Amino acid sequence: MFLINCPYCGERDQSEFSSGGEAHIERPKQPTELSDDEWADFLFMRKNIKGVQFERWNHSHGCRKWFNLIRDTSNDKIHGIYKMGEKPPKV
Amino acid sequence: MKNKYSIFSLFKNAFSGHENWQRAWRDPEPKKEYDAIIVGGGGHGLATAYYLAKKHNMRNIAVVEKGWIGGGNTGRNTTIIRSNYLWDASAGLYDHALKIWEGLSQDLNYNVMFSQRGVMNLAHNLQDVRDLKRRTHANRLNGIDAVWLNTDEVKKFCPIVNTSPNIRYPVLGGTLQRRAGTARHDAVAWGYARGADELGVDIIQNCEVKGIKRNGNKIEGIETTRGFIKSKKIGVVAAGHSSVIASMVDIRLPLESKPLQALVSEPVKPIIDTVVMSNAVHAYVSQSDKGELVIGAGTDSYVSYSQKGSHDVVEGTLKAILELYPIFSRMKMLRQWGGIVDICPDASPIISKTNIEGLYFNCGWGTGGFKATPGSGDLFAHTIANDEPHKLNAAFSLNRFVSGDLVDEHGAAAVAH
Repeated sequence: MFLINCPYCGERDQSEFSSGGEAHIERPKQPTELSDDEWADFLFMRKNIKGVQFERWNHSHGCRKWFNLIRDTSNDKIHGIYKMGEKPPKV
Repeated sequence: MKNKYSIFSLFKNAFSGHENWQRAWRDPEPKKEYDAIIVGGGGHGLATAYYLAKKHNMRNIAVVEKGWIGGGNTGRNTTIIRSNYLWDASAGLYDHALKIWEGLSQDLNYNVMFSQRGVMNLAHNLQDVRDLKRRTHANRLNGIDAVWLNTDEVKKFCPIVNTSPNIRYPVLGGTLQRRAGTARHDAVAWGYARGADELGVDIIQNCEVKGIKRNGNKIEGIETTRGFIKSKKIGVVAAGHSSVIASMVDIRLPLESKPLQALVSEPVKPIIDTVVMSNAVHAYVSQSDKGELVIGAGTDSYVSYSQKGSHDVVEGTLKAILELYPIFSRMKMLRQWGGIVDICPDASPIISKTNIEGLYFNCGWGTGGFKATPGSGDLFAHTIANDEPHKLNAAFSLNRFVSGDLVDEHGAAAVAH
């Protein structure tokens, strides 16, 4: 349970947001050339880090916009927020 | 040789004020080398060690545990045991476990208080009715007991359920597995620890794994807070922390770790003599032998290792509990906790070899691993000892995420495991 500072709406309770999981997983540029292993890697395998992790979140009960969050998963402290398409700030 | 627990040993120790009970397991220093090391001293890890020693005659083995025995999710879950899963692979896996549960107390000489009080799953909408009826048929085709109950039969089986048609999610019926039930979670950990210890397994507590050493594609041992321990076989049963261990050998697993919450009420006289689960509204409840209501809430939607869950998750569950059981409206909750569970995309576990020789993973049990403890240990022990899976866990390999043969229990299992 924590507060998230939505880049569009300001600080709101986490329950207004939906987690979109690990950020910066790029869809393969040439999907037809991918092996089964590479597809499995893209679709299913996750870093699932205990510590600082880059994530996508959606303000689903607010402005409904997506953005990125840098969060320490061991204590839920947030270290940075940036919009989609922006470069992640240094942590 | 351990003294057997019996009515006579109880009498004998009662006369000496219960001060001379034999220690249930030793506290050994780690040896330099073992034939196999199990990482994680929860129920699944201890069961693995027990069956490795008992059925595969591997006696020079160790279980390393970061904390203490019974201090993790094994000792704080809602203790529900059932095997009414939809798919053949899951039915085989979970019913294998249920069959071991039925004789476990005798096998371990430790009362795990396995109680086949039945598990009832409620349906609240037409799709629930169709899904649950389909599951009942699938269960029976797999030789698993299951019956469909209409609303009146639900009320008869558990009179405190609110079956009024005027509630937001009315009860339209339910399924019942009579062989299902609960067990005492601590006793499962302690019983397996005692049993494994008797067979020569070293249970090393307060020993955190810091690294895994490998030579090329072969495992050589583990770096721990109590020094380096050599072994050619390592079985990782680290639940929510599986990805952390996997990252030590640069493996990514298809897992996300999330807090799962449960709570217990103040103790009251016997009021509910079965387990009632409701997936649509996410509420499930049973009563412990101490009299506390044991209530399972859901997981948070985000990855977290914080062992704290969100308040809105508990609030949602309690709202559903109150609508289904108005009789509980004035009860106080005694305590609440969040455990970290590792969830697979298809909500089925992984009991598997890896691409590294001698490294095995047993993980992904998500929100419902307790029920499978004996079966999981038995099948993982088989996988480690023979370096290949048993036919019952062949479908639960890591490779299923590459081949696409997922065992998709997300919609099919009772969502709340």
